[in-house]
Amino acid sequence: MNTTWSRFNVTSIVLGFAFLYLPIVLLIVFSFNESKLVTVWGGFSTKWYVSLFHNQGLMDATWVTARVGVISATVATVLGTLAALTLTRYTRFRGRILFSGMVFAPLVMPEVITGLSLLLLFVAVGLDRGFLTVTLAHITLTMCFVAVVVQSRLVSFDRSLEEAAMDLGATPAKTFFQITLPVIMPAIVSGWMLAFTLSLDDLVIASFTSGPGATTLPMKIYSQVRLGVTPEINAACTLLIAVVAVGVIVASIANKRREVQRQLDEQAAQRG
Amino acid sequence: MSNIAITDAAAAPAAAKPFLTRLAAGFVNRLVIIVPYVWLLFFFLIPFIIVFKISLSQTAIAMPPYTPVLDFSDGLSGFFGGFRELNLDNYAWLTQDALYFKAYVTSLVIAAISTVLTLIVGYPIAYGMARAPATVRPTLLMLVILPFWTSFLIRVYAWIGILKPEGLLNQLLLSLHIIDQPLVILNTYTAIFIGIVYSYLPFMVLPLYSSLEKMDYSLIEAAKDLGCPPTAAFWKITFPLSLPGVIAGCLLVFIPAVGEFVIPDLLGGSQTLMIGKTLWNEFFANRDWPVSSAVAVILLLLLTVPIMLFQQAQAKAQEQGK
Repeated sequence: MNTTWSRFNVTSIVLGFAFLYLPIVLLIVFSFNESKLVTVWGGFSTKWYVSLFHNQGLMDATWVTARVGVISATVATVLGTLAALTLTRYTRFRGRILFSGMVFAPLVMPEVITGLSLLLLFVAVGLDRGFLTVTLAHITLTMCFVAVVVQSRLVSFDRSLEEAAMDLGATPAKTFFQITLPVIMPAIVSGWMLAFTLSLDDLVIASFTSGPGATTLPMKIYSQVRLGVTPEINAACTLLIAVVAVGVIVASIANKRREVQRQLDEQAAQRG
Repeated sequence: MSNIAITDAAAAPAAAKPFLTRLAAGFVNRLVIIVPYVWLLFFFLIPFIIVFKISLSQTAIAMPPYTPVLDFSDGLSGFFGGFRELNLDNYAWLTQDALYFKAYVTSLVIAAISTVLTLIVGYPIAYGMARAPATVRPTLLMLVILPFWTSFLIRVYAWIGILKPEGLLNQLLLSLHIIDQPLVILNTYTAIFIGIVYSYLPFMVLPLYSSLEKMDYSLIEAAKDLGCPPTAAFWKITFPLSLPGVIAGCLLVFIPAVGEFVIPDLLGGSQTLMIGKTLWNEFFANRDWPVSSAVAVILLLLLTVPIMLFQQAQAKAQEQGK
């Protein structure tokens, strides 16, 4: 009786997912609308996608966003993984409470506060606002999310694997790269993807910390949304959703394959 | 960072190792802590101190638009002399203008109502997921996480097309003859509630799901066998056992919702008064950096208690995971 599909449960799941997905589906559908009006269907057309690619400002912003995303996600993944290691492996060092506070607080901190405080830091140290400052700001925000994702994997990690490797004479560095890292790799990959999408997504912190020449895609979309809803924005949003969806699906397939491979290896090892 | 003393550095069988290797390992261990620590100190903690100092400084028509607070040009005495220039004018200004007080109160009330609404919407979903057959659960979980990967801005934007007077919701309701006048939802507080519930729903469902999934359902069966009606069993057993999830979910929704900017700006229209929007306007429209810093400091003070509760909940979850 542990698992039941009662009518109530099915209804709440169906309604819940309809609520979560319907707005996104409608947005995608209306990006293919022939009519200039976003909410009146006027036939199928891909013309908004064509005009999107001729919009130089939008294309520039996309390029900036992609670069900021890749760089900040990569650095944040390294820092976040280190922070996760610190949180799980070193349970007693002075300043640990402050450290865990600084890792968890940015997860819920209102973005306006984070954005304003980072901007004031950059002004105080005399750093010109632009590409670099947005990237630094995004690293700081997203490394905390990476830390939480990687940490949840490290907590369930079997330390005896490491001990076995070291008993067999592996150096700590070799143990880390050959045992620990491969085991927590799926979490690191999903941490990177989370960091990348958060960076891709962010409007508020980017608006505070970015300067001329470093307008990101959300900033561009936001300034156009304020002027009114157009099918072209729907098209831009659809492409953004498509990129992320493809990334998530590819990553989860790769993950699944690696998992299957690992199980095969284990079986082979047991057969000897 | 010499005050970071490592007491249980990776329990390596150190005695057998040559001295140099041990030294190197100790250095690496230290580095693992120091690098993220220093980064967060510099980019997270120090900025708050700067915000606090600037909130005490004077507005000036210059770039940056405030009188400098970290001025070392006159040497150390000039730096300490600068402290005498600091004052609470900006805070006094915040109390004089009723607008700010109203914005804080409205934000807290809106965030509280939306948190309750998100809990009401999210609980049945999480409950249904936790009771679904084990084979379907990973798929359902994936489906809850997936919208989290799509842009926040896009998800809020999608609702504009649905809620506006000539939008899809009104078209549907009009064509079904449920209403004969378009409903005005966009640019009202109702739209903000819908936006917050929609955007933050995964944050509520995930912690709820993880505490409901761990629950031992034989307890419910025992209650049923002893003649307890299902509703009473829910309130006496299921809900209390899911409380850690309820608390974590509510904090994850409430805290960011108080300072929310995008949702009140795009869905709430120009009339709505929320503190995130006020701070944004002070900063970008009025270019008054000291006042926006003061707004941020007070917002942070208001959120200190919920943020500390959140950290405790996180630390607890971390302990239990082990």
